Amino acid sequence: MLSIHLILFLAFGAIAVAGAVNLLVQTHPINSALSLIAVMAALAGEYLLLGAEFVAAVQVIVYAGAIMVLFVFVIMLLNAGVEEHTKGSRVAIVFGIPGMLVGSLLLAWVVLKHSGTQSVPVGALPGAPRTIGPLLFHEFLLPFEITSILILIAIMGAVVLASKPTATGGPAKKVQD
Amino acid sequence: MVPLSYYLLLSGILFACGVLGFLIKRNIITIFMSIELMLNAVNLSFVAFAAHWHSLAGQVFVFFVMVVAAAEAAVGLAIIISVYRTRETLNVDQVNLLKL
Repeated sequence: MLSIHLILFLAFGAIAVAGAVNLLVQTHPINSALSLIAVMAALAGEYLLLGAEFVAAVQVIVYAGAIMVLFVFVIMLLNAGVEEHTKGSRVAIVFGIPGMLVGSLLLAWVVLKHSGTQSVPVGALPGAPRTIGPLLFHEFLLPFEITSILILIAIMGAVVLASKPTATGGPAKKVQD
Repeated sequence: MVPLSYYLLLSGILFACGVLGFLIKRNIITIFMSIELMLNAVNLSFVAFAAHWHSLAGQVFVFFVMVVAAAEAAVGLAIIISVYRTRETLNVDQVNLLKL
C-alpha cells in the first residue's frame, strides 16, 4: 500500500530528477539555472519529509535564494549565450555516459543489497531550530566560529577577484601585445 | 515509512547527474552548477542518514556544507568573471593556458 509519505517522496524525487536531467539537456545556462532551482526546491520538500525543518528553510533561503540569485546575476552580467559544442566534448560523452551508467548501477546494487528494508520513520527526529540551535552553539561552536572566518575570507576574495583592474595592476590585468 | 535505500538511490541519481554534467558541459557556469547539484545530492544523503541513526549531527553537517557552498559560489563566480574579463569566452575548451 502506498502511504502518503511514500507518494510525497516519489513526487518530490521525480521533480528533482527531472530538474537534474533538464539541467543536462538545456544548452542555455539560464535554463539550467532555473531547473537547478527546481531541484533545490524539491530537495527542500524531501528534507521536510525527513523532519529537518531547519535544513529545509536554510535550503530555500540560502541555496535557492542567495546562491542561485548570484548565479543568475553572473549569467546576465556576462551575457552568457548558448553553449557551443566542440570536438573535445565528444570524448567526454563517449567515456562519461557509459561510466555514469555503470557507476550508478553499481551504486544502486550496493545500496539495495546492504541497506535491507530499514525504513526512515517520518517525524522521528525533529530538526526544528530549537533543537539545532543548542547543538550549533555548544557542541559545534568551534566549526561554527571558523565558518564565520571562512565567509569573511570568501567575501574579500570575491571582491579582490571580481574588482576592475586598476592602473597599478589588479588581478584581472589584460595583457596587451 | 520510506526505506532509507530510496533516499540513497535518489541521492546517487542526482550525484551521477552532477558528475555527468561536469564532464559533458562546456559552459563554465553550467559546470559550476553541476558542482552545486553534487553538493545537494550529498546533503540529501546526510539528512537521510541523520534521520536513520537518530543523530542531529548530520543536519548540522548539512548546515556547514551549505556555508562552504555559499563561500565557494562567491569565490568561484568571481573567478569566472575574472576569466571572462581576460579571455572573453565562457567555453572551457578555449581556456587552456595558465598564462595569457
